[in-house]
Amino acid sequence: MALGVTKKEKIDDLAESAGVSLAASAWKRLRRSPVFLIGAGITAVFVVLSILSPWLAPHDPGDPMLITQVIKARNEIPAPQPGHPLGGDLQGRDFLSRMLVGSQQTLIVGVGATLIGLTGGLILGTLAGAIGGWVDSVVMRLVDVMLSLPALLLAFSIAAMFARPSQFSVIIAISIVQIPVFARLLRGSMLAQRGSDHVLAATSLGVKRGAIIFRHMLPNSLGPVIVQSTLVLATAIIEAAALSFLGLGNPNDRVPEWGQMLGDVQKVFDTHPHLAVWPAVCIIIVALGFTLMGETLREALDPKNRR
Amino acid sequence: MLRYTIRRLIQLVGVVLVLSLLLFAWLRSLPGGPVSALLGERATPESRAALTKQLGLDQPILIQYFKFLGRALSGDFGVSNGVQPGDSAMEIFLQRFPATVELSVFALVIAIVFGIPLGYLAAKRRGTWFDNSSVIGSLVGVAIPVFFLAYVLKDVFSKALGLPSTGRQDAIEATRVTGFFTLDGILTGEWDATFNALEHLILPALALSSIPFAVIFRITRAAVLDVLDEDFVRTAESKGLTAQVIRRRHVLRNAMLPVVTTVGLQTGALLSGAVLTEKVFGFAGVGEALALGFERRDYPVLLLLIIMATIVYVLVNLLVDLSYALIDPRIRAR
Repeated sequence: MALGVTKKEKIDDLAESAGVSLAASAWKRLRRSPVFLIGAGITAVFVVLSILSPWLAPHDPGDPMLITQVIKARNEIPAPQPGHPLGGDLQGRDFLSRMLVGSQQTLIVGVGATLIGLTGGLILGTLAGAIGGWVDSVVMRLVDVMLSLPALLLAFSIAAMFARPSQFSVIIAISIVQIPVFARLLRGSMLAQRGSDHVLAATSLGVKRGAIIFRHMLPNSLGPVIVQSTLVLATAIIEAAALSFLGLGNPNDRVPEWGQMLGDVQKVFDTHPHLAVWPAVCIIIVALGFTLMGETLREALDPKNRR
Repeated sequence: MLRYTIRRLIQLVGVVLVLSLLLFAWLRSLPGGPVSALLGERATPESRAALTKQLGLDQPILIQYFKFLGRALSGDFGVSNGVQPGDSAMEIFLQRFPATVELSVFALVIAIVFGIPLGYLAAKRRGTWFDNSSVIGSLVGVAIPVFFLAYVLKDVFSKALGLPSTGRQDAIEATRVTGFFTLDGILTGEWDATFNALEHLILPALALSSIPFAVIFRITRAAVLDVLDEDFVRTAESKGLTAQVIRRRHVLRNAMLPVVTTVGLQTGALLSGAVLTEKVFGFAGVGEALALGFERRDYPVLLLLIIMATIVYVLVNLLVDLSYALIDPRIRAR
């Protein structure tokens, strides 16, 4: 115990660490962390906005209602005007509506990619960590091969496999890249638990292997996986933008997505930079929100930081 | 040490073999098969039949794979049909590889030169406004899509600073020796050529360095924080060693191990980031060839470049692992 700590603080510390679960003590610290609250706040606003966006958007995001104001020869697009506070895009569609509805598609891409990556990683990691032996070897070699390619490059390659890129292919490309990361994380914590007392106790009580894996080992391994999921949500949104930029994104932009809108940056940056800056800023803020939340979660769940 | 190196190299061969199998399967699974992929829109029944025969696609699949492997081993990945039509894929790689190395090294140097000292300072001043703002800055650095940052640099800063925003060098007279434009100028004494190439490197390298910088900064900060808490630092302080000696001999040396690992892993971010950055700046490196390859579905070029990127990535990380022994005598002893 460090010098200068009063007796009362010592007792408080002891009381705090005794009989409080890791999750409870983590939550206690998180509630007081302004960084976590900012991250969670951004995330909450984003999620609510994207769920309500179809009702919030004043117009149909795919309707070229302002097309008469688009003059290609003079590079003119609809300026901000009553009813269209952000003006229109290159096809004369209401830009505010596109930004709003874009949040929903962005959430779908992020959550979809994370869920698929997580599921794949859960299956592979559980197989490797819980069964071990040759299954472990095969799964881990496969994971090694996937990790020996730079992540984003792997995503580009997978996306290029699809004859017709779509939102589905974007989600698949991003999620496959995440599978090895999740698999490794899960295998690591599963392995650590195989030798632990509670698993030994369950085994000696005659609990079936399946039950041990799903009731005892898996729930105890989820902490790092949840943290990783939050961080992956951020990367997924950024990677979706990169895919669009390379022409590997969803070409159908009637229902827009922020990454896809930003992917058009080369067409608009010289003449109408705001068409790229808006989605870029939104992506940065949302990615930052997820990251802040994930990083503070990681710190809070780290037993080293528990006092 | 030697046995370890050899084992890792054998692993690399295994990885490349599996990868070649996957890429082969990839090429086969392409919509319409490799013939359509290679011929694209111009396919006629006659040309399809000719190419099918030429590629040996009428033979059993296993033989096809070994033939593909044999050709690949001799460096023959086929002829580009989109990036630089007519050139062999290997030619394109060799021609463009120095550019990407130059750009990546430059970006990595920027990331290290700023990331490590800033990370150290932030850790020393933990909880101050300097620490907090640089941590937030690094998080923003990771959250900005690289190509967007590249466009901002290209459009805003190239005008403001008078820096060139496209290509590797202006059309000036320069002798080519190694393909590394900055190095060529130094070797031949054409200093203006080196200077010109450096000017062209600044903006793309800045864009490319954003993610490695942010990651190196944060790992350095975390590692230094860990080490500062150690008993041996307190011992060193109570022995009355000067702050400089403690920093150099005790803190930084011990904190460098995770940082070096991260630097190795950043090669991946650099290679992927180069695809986006080089495309924005029209920088004729491997990354731009990959971007064009994806856009124009140039499979021979893509295959070769993806395999090469993997080999480079794995080799760099092997070198990084080997360098541990140099930094940490405890590992050398084992």
